[in-house]
Amino acid sequence: MYQYDQYDQAIVDARVDEFRDQVARRLSGALSEDQFKPLRLMNGLYLQLHAYMLRVAIPYGTLNSRQMHMLAHIARRYDRDYGHFTTRQNIQYNWVKLSDAPDILADLASVEMHAIQTSGNCIRNISADQFAGASADEVTDPRPWAELLRQWSSFHPEFSYLPRKFKIAVIASEQDRAAMRLHDIGIRIVERDSELGGELGAQIYVGGGMGRTPMIAPLIREFVPLSDLLSFVEACLRVYNRYGRRDNIYKARIKILIHELGAEEFARQVEAEFAQVKTLGIDPPVAEFERVAAQFALPEPIQTALRHSRESGNPTPDSDVLTGLELDPRFRGGDNWGGFTAWVRQNTHPHKAPGHAIVTISLKPVGGIPGDASSAQIDAMAELALRYSHDELRVTHSQNIVFPHVAVTDLRAVYDALVKAGLASANIDLITDIIACPGLDYCSLANARSIPVAQKIAARFADGARQRDLGELKLKISGCINACGHHHAGHIGILGVDRKGTENYQLSLGGSGAEDVSLAKITGPGFDEDGIVDAVERVTDRYLALREGGERFLDTYRRVGMDPFKEVIYG
Amino acid sequence: MGEHLPTLDAFLTLGAARTVRLEPADDARALLLHLDRLNLVEIAFPAFRDGRGYSSARILRQAGYTGPLRAAGDILLDQIVYMKRCGFDTFAPDAPLDAEAVKRALNRYDAVYQRAADDAIPVWQLRHG
Amino acid sequence: MKLLTGNDLKSGAVTWWAGAGWSIHLTDAADVGADGDTILTAEDAARRVNAPYLVDADDAGLPLHIKDRIRAAGPSVRSDLALKPADEWAA
Repeated sequence: MYQYDQYDQAIVDARVDEFRDQVARRLSGALSEDQFKPLRLMNGLYLQLHAYMLRVAIPYGTLNSRQMHMLAHIARRYDRDYGHFTTRQNIQYNWVKLSDAPDILADLASVEMHAIQTSGNCIRNISADQFAGASADEVTDPRPWAELLRQWSSFHPEFSYLPRKFKIAVIASEQDRAAMRLHDIGIRIVERDSELGGELGAQIYVGGGMGRTPMIAPLIREFVPLSDLLSFVEACLRVYNRYGRRDNIYKARIKILIHELGAEEFARQVEAEFAQVKTLGIDPPVAEFERVAAQFALPEPIQTALRHSRESGNPTPDSDVLTGLELDPRFRGGDNWGGFTAWVRQNTHPHKAPGHAIVTISLKPVGGIPGDASSAQIDAMAELALRYSHDELRVTHSQNIVFPHVAVTDLRAVYDALVKAGLASANIDLITDIIACPGLDYCSLANARSIPVAQKIAARFADGARQRDLGELKLKISGCINACGHHHAGHIGILGVDRKGTENYQLSLGGSGAEDVSLAKITGPGFDEDGIVDAVERVTDRYLALREGGERFLDTYRRVGMDPFKEVIYG
Repeated sequence: MGEHLPTLDAFLTLGAARTVRLEPADDARALLLHLDRLNLVEIAFPAFRDGRGYSSARILRQAGYTGPLRAAGDILLDQIVYMKRCGFDTFAPDAPLDAEAVKRALNRYDAVYQRAADDAIPVWQLRHG
Repeated sequence: MKLLTGNDLKSGAVTWWAGAGWSIHLTDAADVGADGDTILTAEDAARRVNAPYLVDADDAGLPLHIKDRIRAAGPSVRSDLALKPADEWAA
């Protein structure tokens, strides 16, 4: 993965120094809160219900064990012994003191991390496919491009006072694991003319987002040569910075500009701007791309496995890890074999290299808080990643952790260690793998609590066999209309609202953040906390009665529509 | 100090004007045919959160305007670095800024990640000579 | 009754106007009655507490809105982190 050179380190160190100065000016009273707020926000420091909250950037969700250990250290030393992994692949600390924030940033800088632009009306942390580099279905590793975008966007002098925040995601496969089209800019790297040797370029989608006006990003350009990628993105940002609405905070995101202009007119303006920007030498040379890309090269043993499989003429990855394990007498049986096989079936994905698997660690134990991990758990994951995943971890937008490169022969040892750490829930993509924002338990913007609802639903569906029978079912909960819990993209979505001072929950169905992207539709009047749990169960019962063949919940919903579900919810 | 400069409309109408003040919503490209008769452009920042003026400055510098470019209005210390990188060379903040603090801010970052309107060399260029 | 609350500048902790100064304990909170706006203006200018605001409370001194009840008690899902009567300023 990417390692800082002297320049990267100098920039991050200077940022620590600058923020120390800004905090000192605030504590001395030289800065008012109104003046300080945009400065602290550009370093990810919020004021929430109970304390300051610090959001630390995890660029494209990738980190090594040393960085992960540092995240545990910060939780232990400066916070209350835990952290919260977010839907933008970052981590948040809930109990930070303003006076400690500069020291935390200094500790982060010592492991090549920072909190730069994790908030504020600027270009936020670049997110990416959490399986990047490991997945069989990608045309290239998207992370070198995400890193070039990270560098280009850091302290961008023109785009640090945008109308509103700006989120970019990069993927390089047909499958979309990053909710790419629900970002301000979604980039999918594609290959064209592959029979002629192939050329990589980027499809550019602009103007997606959730929040109070959810929109799916339209395609603005079919193919941008990667050597022009930064210039094209700069052109998009310039049009937005000049013409995005600033009169109304709720209409300030780029999606509203595109909605008002129309995608075609927006694209025309971007192309005109791009023609100018392209002459300025914004894009770094190929040598810089190669320098960055070399640092994302697969670990040597995995390259060897890939080479062998190519030479043996059998380049397909293991599609069924479990069959291999069941056939291997070294691994068959033993304590908790049933738990292990259920976990392998649910929490591993095929790796591009034979003999390897991608492991997803669920941070959604029944009874837990979605995305939270204790310092001890963060340390445990760091140690396991060093030993079993070539020193690499990923954070997913579903608030889970990934070990991208695990040898199939190590899966049993990894599982046993995860059981000890309380991290072995076998529920990835099932109904208890719930995305939930912090909600009114922590967040000053929230209208209702999210976490207790997630906990009650998880408890109702705690039985593993029942969850597996329901199959893939993405349930997402937001505690306010800002939609940090991605409820618009949930197969089942829940939105908490304030109804005359009491918490009320609206149910919606049929959303997806994946390649079959869609926005969920609201069912009707809302429910109280217990009522929403019952309503979810009536929906899943109805699905079981209606489903045909191997349909997922979402497939059945799309086939039969809303009415059969409304009947059982309100009938 | 900016109140005496002609507005964009006035500048375009009065053939003799050699200075102009751009408001955030003004299109800087309207000046491109007149760059050779300009000897001062002031860009207004009525509120520090409104970042349109940064793009206006980039556009003028990109088009070859080399004369004085002044930022005027609600300008915070921590914005001066960004403004200089976008091509501003003089500043007229509503609230006076501490000269020492401005100097510290301007000297804080030795390296920059991207090419802009100033002469700073982006790190990707330094890395490859 | 009416209470004045905000978050301490340095620690971020939830804090309540206690008559002559600020306290992290809701039990110390004073009814500001009709003086709320005056105290608020003065305290806002003093810049010790971020974003102070007035809340309505019942006769027992418990805020009416759930948001301020959660601020007073801590996250409802982490009772282990709730403020204890003996807790002092964390700053």
